[in-house]
Amino acid sequence: MVNEAMKLAENLFNNDVKMTPTRDGYGEALVELGESNPNVVVLSGDLTESTRTEGFKHKFPDRFYEMGICEQNMVGVACGLSMVGKIPFVATYAAFVPGRAFDQIRISAGYNRSNVKLSGAHAGISVGPDGATHQMMEDIALMRTLPGMTVIAPCDREETRKATIEAANLEGPVYLRFGRDKVPEVTTKETPFKIGKANILMDGSDVAIIANGPLVYEALDAAKTLRRNGVYCMVVNMHTVKPLDVTTLVYAARKCGAVITAEEHQITGGLGGAVAETLARNNPVPQEFIGMPDSYGESGKPRELMEKYGMSSTAIIEAVKKVIARKASGRIFAGVL
Amino acid sequence: MYSKAFVEALEQKSCDIRGDILMMLKEAKSGHSGGSLSSVEILTALYFYKMKHNPMNPDWDGRDYFILSKGHVCPALYTALAHSGYFPREELKTLRKFGSRLQGHPHWLKLPGLETSSGSLGQGLSVANGMALALKLDKKPNRVYCLLGDGELQEGQIWEAAMTSAHYGLDNVCAIVDYNNLEIDGYVEEVMGIHPLVEKWLSFNWHVHECDGNDITSVIRALDHASQMKRKPSVIIAHTTKGKGVSFMEDVDLWHGKTPSPEQLEQALSQLDGACSVFKPWN
Ligand SMILES: Cc1ncc(C[n+]2csc(CCOP(=O)(O)OP(=O)(O)O)c2C)c(N)n1
Repeated sequence: MVNEAMKLAENLFNNDVKMTPTRDGYGEALVELGESNPNVVVLSGDLTESTRTEGFKHKFPDRFYEMGICEQNMVGVACGLSMVGKIPFVATYAAFVPGRAFDQIRISAGYNRSNVKLSGAHAGISVGPDGATHQMMEDIALMRTLPGMTVIAPCDREETRKATIEAANLEGPVYLRFGRDKVPEVTTKETPFKIGKANILMDGSDVAIIANGPLVYEALDAAKTLRRNGVYCMVVNMHTVKPLDVTTLVYAARKCGAVITAEEHQITGGLGGAVAETLARNNPVPQEFIGMPDSYGESGKPRELMEKYGMSSTAIIEAVKKVIARKASGRIFAGVL
Repeated sequence: MYSKAFVEALEQKSCDIRGDILMMLKEAKSGHSGGSLSSVEILTALYFYKMKHNPMNPDWDGRDYFILSKGHVCPALYTALAHSGYFPREELKTLRKFGSRLQGHPHWLKLPGLETSSGSLGQGLSVANGMALALKLDKKPNRVYCLLGDGELQEGQIWEAAMTSAHYGLDNVCAIVDYNNLEIDGYVEEVMGIHPLVEKWLSFNWHVHECDGNDITSVIRALDHASQMKRKPSVIIAHTTKGKGVSFMEDVDLWHGKTPSPEQLEQALSQLDGACSVFKPWN
């Protein structure tokens, strides 16, 4: 059922699937990078433990900068560090970077083409009980409008680890997004990962589900259920929202003739927007959007919130049915003409 | 301490830079006159006296770094760079024109000699801190200078950065405030007061130096003083006059973002002639 070449976790659909937060992979990668590259430095905005930068801090105290609660300054400092040859990783919540510091990111980081690696932790509604102030659902939209910015939303711990290592080796500004909650470990050490190259995790020809972040697991889960009913979905892990893997996307749209985008982000401006913009120009097909329906969040358990706002496998299944109906009526319509 | 001939040479340089600023602004028909003119002696002192830099090799890793946080006064910086030899003086004429390397606000990827891009006020001191931290990490002696506007100090980020420089004991950072008392909407004290400024910086744990920012000797003395300070960052509060050197522009808020007409330029240049040896305009 799943694409063998992707070497996904074997227990993916079992109850014993390993659950870890994506940010753990960030912390692991930073320690690896600290060892392999003396230029890597880390800045934290009074959120060292929760952004998982404390491992780096303990191992490389002289390359760790506590920046306090001044995110705008922190972004600027990181840019200055990069201009003298360092590779700074900025760690705070997505609500604040990019939320608080967008102008600094636009000018000091983006326009300057600084080699800074910005990380938005605790992104998405799955932050849970903290409520709407901390549930950043607009970060991908903000970041992907910036010229030259690389934007990545990895799906699990291992993919985050790989993305972080690759980000360090990529020249230029990068935004990495993580969640707070534990999510299933979908990928393994052997799963291929390349920034800007989407992975087809499951093949199919009825509908292509283009997902990233925690919605990748939900998409796989939905596809598995749909298969039992004879609906074959392709599942694409579009971890990099910018630069978007246009080749894989257009291939998926051509093959399936309908797409669903699934992300833990506002429906406007995120992965769904990026996919729609690209397909409109290359290969328009009916598209349904799984994401936050133009709303602020609220307190609750991550699962409760994901269900309420329609970012779960259940919602994906509904969207697949809808888009298949649209695809069919489109065909009839075309036939009549 | 500083020879008379040397000071006179710097004064002449300031005069020439002023003339070029006025000429390029007239040519561009838009841009910032007042704040460019008030910062001339500061830039002259930095580029022709204090800073280690190499126009033949702008990326020389032994250089001191200059960050123009108040990016709108780039006409003054561009002129200092051209006079230093980073690019031909001729090119000043292209300010703000389509295809020019001299963007309306500086873009370092376009022009040799620039260290950063700026234009959104309040960001420069943070970047200076980052450079200074990296230099400390590499145990290098280079210094980082950062020019701020007095109106710009209203930005919260400046004070986040001020805390940071002091917290990390960045004695390789020297901020300079072009204290010309004016911003766009009028006097700084009326728009959003920053008084008492010396006490503010002192309470943020900085070394504070005051000088007459339009007197070259006073500026270079303050710069020399600042570079001897240890363990804390230094700020030079440079008391200046906005529009300095041109009688009808001095201390007039309207000249913040206005450029001289051809007639006004002629009048302005004739005033420069009076101050020092003749300024040679371009043809
Ligand atoms: C963040 C930001 N807000 C507003 C502006 C528009 N602006 C350009 S110059 C200026 C006044 C600056 O005053 P000051 O710092 O005192 O500079 P000077 O008087 O030396 O020109 C303003 C408000 C800007 N460039 N950046």
